[in-house]
Order: sequence, then structure tokens, then C-alpha cells
Amino acid sequence: MKEEEIPQDKSNLESANFKELCYAVDADGNYTTKKSTGWNPKTIALNNAIQEINERVNNAKQRVLKGETSPIEYYMELHKMDVPILASYVGMWSWRVKRHFKPSVFKKLNNKVLGKYAEVFEISIAELKQIKE
Amino acid sequence: MKIDFTHKQTAHCENGVVANLMTFNGHPISEPMVFGIGSGLLFCYIPFLKVNHAPAITYRVLPGQIFKKFAKRVGIKIKKEKFKSPKEAKARLDENLAKNNPVGLQVGVYNLTYFPDEYRFHFNAHNLVVYGKDENTYLISDPIMEGVTSLTDKELEKVRFAKGAFAPKGHIYYPIDFPEKLDLEKAIVKGINQTCKDMLAPIPILGVRGIKYVANLIRKWPKKHGVKKANHYLGQIVRMQEEIGTGGGGFRYIFAAFLQESSKILKNDKLDELSKEMTEIGDLWRDFALNASRIYKNRKALQDSFESIAVQLDEISEREKVFFTSLKKAIK
Repeated sequence: MKEEEIPQDKSNLESANFKELCYAVDADGNYTTKKSTGWNPKTIALNNAIQEINERVNNAKQRVLKGETSPIEYYMELHKMDVPILASYVGMWSWRVKRHFKPSVFKKLNNKVLGKYAEVFEISIAELKQIKE
Repeated sequence: MKIDFTHKQTAHCENGVVANLMTFNGHPISEPMVFGIGSGLLFCYIPFLKVNHAPAITYRVLPGQIFKKFAKRVGIKIKKEKFKSPKEAKARLDENLAKNNPVGLQVGVYNLTYFPDEYRFHFNAHNLVVYGKDENTYLISDPIMEGVTSLTDKELEKVRFAKGAFAPKGHIYYPIDFPEKLDLEKAIVKGINQTCKDMLAPIPILGVRGIKYVANLIRKWPKKHGVKKANHYLGQIVRMQEEIGTGGGGFRYIFAAFLQESSKILKNDKLDELSKEMTEIGDLWRDFALNASRIYKNRKALQDSFESIAVQLDEISEREKVFFTSLKKAIK
């Protein structure tokens, strides 16, 4: 890549007033670095990934409202986590976390267990029990 | 308390922390040198692991390896520690700052408050330097940021004790013992040798064979998973390849810069020629990303388009095979 070819596309970095460093060759063929505001191919990939996460969050929310899963799954998606990551944060086995997705099991959880989840999601136990529609 | 530390932005966090800490300790060195000597370049498909619900592909070695190998090859010693208790981790950090010693920390990205929201994923192998403390605020030099920044003690504890894959466990590290002069010549040869060995390894998921392996996976994705998932997977590959930290082209440009600098140190013109070749290969990776983005942009991709970018990867694999074979010969 030549120095002048370093893309300066609009990207999500703009909001944070942030530029990333790229490597390229100058007119004499020597390597140099230059800041870039972003490149469309990866901005699209990132935006798609964010949209994918939003779809997962919405999907989880609908299933909570229908009584198919517990709010834990919704908050997990909201925090861009998957089961192994959440399990590691609350210090439980993955299968146990998955079990807590069952509304019938979730209802019977005591405050100690609920508190662990609430702490990780930085919400109160009341908020954990009742998601906003 | 503020240590007189010079922040310099780099493409990649681990290279940057090493280069900046080395410079602070009186041994200025460039980011590409750290990356090349530490054999940072790689290609590997990691089976069984999913990142952001997609297959994991890496263009670089495991976190921590670059510093470890760099240190061994140039003859410096590093002190490394992990902690069970956040309190102890904090105490050790404060101790070092009091001794006027800036330190490297491994952290999770998800709670890094100064990152743009869109970039905050559960990725635990980020690196930064702490170079001072002002009451409850730590002064942070994050190599991928343009300028210095800061985190409160609570925020810092959270990122140092992030959970999940590669959990940092408060990991702190800094160089402690330096030779009088760094022996770069030998270190460069060792670094290049290992990269050639890895890239040409007879393992189907590693190096040039790994690139072919992924090309074949891409061919199967639309049929096996449907276009929506195939597009998502493809987007993830481009993100691994081009996201902040790679310097562009899946680290290939940083590696080319390393070869250019090395050709002067070793007085070996062949390396300068190979640097140009690597730049061209980097351009091919960029073309691949561009074409892949055309597929996941419109979401109505055809099997043909997946086939055509798979062919592109096959070509890159062939080019890199020839490249690393000649590179191995060039330093003999």
C-alpha cells in the first residue's frame, strides 16, 4: 500500500475522535506510518456485527416476554457475552448458567445467585427479574 | 506522581508496549523490529473456538508470545506476575510506580471506557502501559491511542480482572535486565527463521496451508450455514485481518517494514526485495477484504462470489509459500 492510498473513510472511530495507525510506503519506497480515519470494508463488517448483536438482543427480549427464556439470557446478549464468558464472570459452570435460562428454574433462584448475575450486569436484582418492555 | 514516559502511537498494542518500554529504558526500538524479532506474523485457523459467534482466525501469534520471544532473542529479562487478588495486583502496580518504573498490563477491552462503544468487545489480550498516578486516577499510555489517557482505580481493576478466554488475572510485566547493547543481528535471523518455519509448517490449519484450509471452508459456508451466517463469518475474517492493531493487510505491512529495516542492519539487499514482495502480498490481502466486503454488503450473495474470493485466498497462499521459502534461503 502506498502512503497516499491509506483510506480516510468515515467510520465509527470518528465519534471518539480517534485515528488508527497504518503502515505504507512513501514515494521513495521507504516504510512509514500514517493515521487513518477508517476503511469502508471493515466499517461495514463492524456495523454488520453490531446489527447482529442487536438482533440477538431483540430476539432474546421477545423470548423473555413470551416466557421462553429468563432475563439472564437477555442481559447476557445485551452485554455482548456468550455462555462461557458469562459463566466465567459469575464463577459457575456453563451448564448451570444455561439451566438458569429456564424460566421455571429462574423463578426459584435465591437472592445470592441472582445477586451474582446482577453484579456482573451492573443492575439491581429487581431489574434482573423484570426487564423493561 | 508521573513518570517521564514518552507515549508513541503504534499499530498494535503488544508491539507498542514493548517498544515504548524499551525506549524508556534507554534502548529505542521500532514497532516492526519488535514484531519481527518476536515472530509475530502468523496465519492460523483455530478449530472449536468461536469469537463473536464466528470461526476464529488469527493473523498473529498468541498474546504475550511476541514480548516473550523478543526478550529472549535480544537478551533482556522480563518480570511477569499474575494475581488472584485485585488488592495485591494494585499494590504491586503502585510499588512499581513509586520506584519510577512504568509497567505493562494485560487488560480486557470490554470495560475500557476510553474506547468507542462499538469497539468494546470481550477481548482480553489488550496491552497498555501505566506511567503514573494522580490520587485515584492512573495515567495510561495505550499504544493504539493517539494520545495518553487515564482510568480510575476502579475502572483499572475491572479491566485487569476481566473474565473469559485469556483472562488477564491482573497480569503485570516489565523488563528488568538489559545487555549493554542489544544483539539485533542474531535476533533478527532467529525471528525470521521461526516465522518461516511456522508459515511453512506441515499442519493443515497453520501458515500457508491454513490459508488454503480457510479458502475451502469459505467455499462450503453458503451451502452449509446459509448466506446470512456465511456473510457474518466472512465479516469476522475481515475484522480479524484489518481491525485496529494490524497496521493493515493482516500485519503483512508491518512485517514488510521489518524486512526493510532488517535489510539495512544485516546489509542484505535480498531482504529489501522481499520487503517489496511482502508489500504486494499485503495488497492482495487488502483486495481480498475489499471483495469480501462487497459480498457481505448487499446480503444477497451468490455461491459464485464465495468461490471467487476463495480462489483469491488460494492465490495468496501460493504467493506466501514461495515468499517464505525464498525468505528462509535469504538469511542462510
